[in-house]
Amino acid sequence: MNMFRKPWIWSWAAALAVWLATIAVTAGASTAGLSQAALTFAAFSVVVGLGQMLVITLGPGNIDLSVPATMTLAGTLALKYMDTQNGLIAQGLAISVLCGGVIGVLNYALIKALRIPPIIATLSMSFIVQSAAIWWNRGLRIKPPPVLADFAIGSVLGVPNVALIAFVLSVGVWVLLHRTVYGRWIAAIGQSLAAARMAGIPVDGVRLFTYMGCAVLAALCGFLLSCFSGGAALNMGAEYLLMSIAVVVIGGTAVAGGDSNVPGIWGASLFMFLVVSMLNTYGFDAGVRLLMTGFIIIAVILVASGRKAAR
Amino acid sequence: MRMSAETVRLAVPALSLAVLLGAVFWLQPRAMSYTGLNLLFNLAVPIALATIAQMIIMAVNDLDLSMGTFVSLVACVTGTYLHDTPWLGALILLGLIGCYALVGVVIYLRNLPSIVVTLGLSFVWAGLSVLLLPSPGGAPPDWVTWVMKSKPPVAPMAIVASVVIAVVAHLIIMRSSFGVLIRGVGGNQRSVERAGWSVVGARAGAYALAACFAVAAGVALVGLTTSADANIALRYTLLSIAGVILGGGEFIGGRVSAIGAVIGALTLTLAGSFLSFLHISPDWQIGAQGMILIVVLGLRLALNRLEGAR
Repeated sequence: MNMFRKPWIWSWAAALAVWLATIAVTAGASTAGLSQAALTFAAFSVVVGLGQMLVITLGPGNIDLSVPATMTLAGTLALKYMDTQNGLIAQGLAISVLCGGVIGVLNYALIKALRIPPIIATLSMSFIVQSAAIWWNRGLRIKPPPVLADFAIGSVLGVPNVALIAFVLSVGVWVLLHRTVYGRWIAAIGQSLAAARMAGIPVDGVRLFTYMGCAVLAALCGFLLSCFSGGAALNMGAEYLLMSIAVVVIGGTAVAGGDSNVPGIWGASLFMFLVVSMLNTYGFDAGVRLLMTGFIIIAVILVASGRKAAR
Repeated sequence: MRMSAETVRLAVPALSLAVLLGAVFWLQPRAMSYTGLNLLFNLAVPIALATIAQMIIMAVNDLDLSMGTFVSLVACVTGTYLHDTPWLGALILLGLIGCYALVGVVIYLRNLPSIVVTLGLSFVWAGLSVLLLPSPGGAPPDWVTWVMKSKPPVAPMAIVASVVIAVVAHLIIMRSSFGVLIRGVGGNQRSVERAGWSVVGARAGAYALAACFAVAAGVALVGLTTSADANIALRYTLLSIAGVILGGGEFIGGRVSAIGAVIGALTLTLAGSFLSFLHISPDWQIGAQGMILIVVLGLRLALNRLEGAR
């Protein structure tokens, strides 16, 4: 069947299986709650995952490690500026987007000017950004403006608002990738940088824009997450470093670059959250939960690679 | 006299370390002593071992994102089994090395991205560590403490250990035929295969060797801290990658330097001390480490340009 050739189908199938396995145990009692929680927490992974996907599509070695630090700094700056006042929400949002944009430019400036591998460039940048966040934050936990906090934890017709935002962003990225010349360009660069340059693609401009896009999406996620969790915490981005990479790869985007996949990110994000909550429901403790998560990630990647080998 | 490419590759890391060390001595002359040096470089020993481990993985064009959790797991095993029932502890550590070799083979045979597999493994190692040692505790075997806290004549233990690590790793990676094979796999896997070597064997060997160094890192770390913890070495993943790059290694092509990697690890460790001597606010400590990383890499680019212009 043609359906099973789509790389994203596997992450969706895995998410569905885990979802069924979880509600089977609770006899359906927690179905609505579980689904809402899954959509909410998957939304944050989706937003950072979209950015990381764009960067990974650029080709081997392109990974943005500054995602967690950017989330923290953007959340901190915005919340501090808004200072719980409802009237300043638009400016706060603008500040976090600006913060992401600047970090993206600096990331690419390092990669380009010093010719260092993106992993090391974004790692160095994340150290600096993290320090800036610590310095700005001063250990205080400032609450988000009430309207914003209500919005972040609220939902429309049962669908969490953050999931709606993540959906809109996903559609935006999908259109960008599949319906604009930019999408063709980053796929071309990911498949062969040299060939893309020969073909006259503005390689530097596209890469700069991609790193900016990733940082802006991370900043948006930091903004949403700090509003959702009632304040910016210095370690709030930490788990999203590995998560952002994991959802991209499990979702079926080629690690070698040149082939990205938006629906897969949703499947993988739902899957990653559902696995943890399934293991929680089964009453496993933290150690077993980590162990199983690891085995499941490896199993998924083994299955997914078998599919590629068979083609 | 024209320097060999290998020497040039080492020049920048060595120079950066010397400058940083000079700056530390200038700021704090009392560091220029046996005890001072030992304190400065004490924690560099496990980082240097982990960096060598990461370097070996990078020599075959892979990347190990589970290094930090693996070293933590080894630390937990050292603090519990290796202390209580040494034979069982040793067996577990050998088993872990075997796991690494297996992972190397699976990654190659199924053509998997190493980043993702080791990402998954990092959860596995972390889970095992938490199961083994839910809260910080344990104690190192006496011989480990004895080695790590011993005071050899002339130079402090930290310096002696770093030199020994650098020389041993250099001999294995740069001078032995096995080392050449590993770097050959990183440089051009197909030609190694056509020359009649077993790529599977080389990859398994490389992963096992890396695991040996990572095990040594975990044991040494517990010897220094005297207790283990499931999160003890999490930052080693990024530190080890940065150390390899600082030391002149590259992500692809099997271009690595063992001596450079140790120097890179020492530089990263020293950067922290340097900043505290400068009285930089603790807020900016991590950030300044990032700055030092950028400056050193900038220097390397400048030197490479000079080399290219000649």
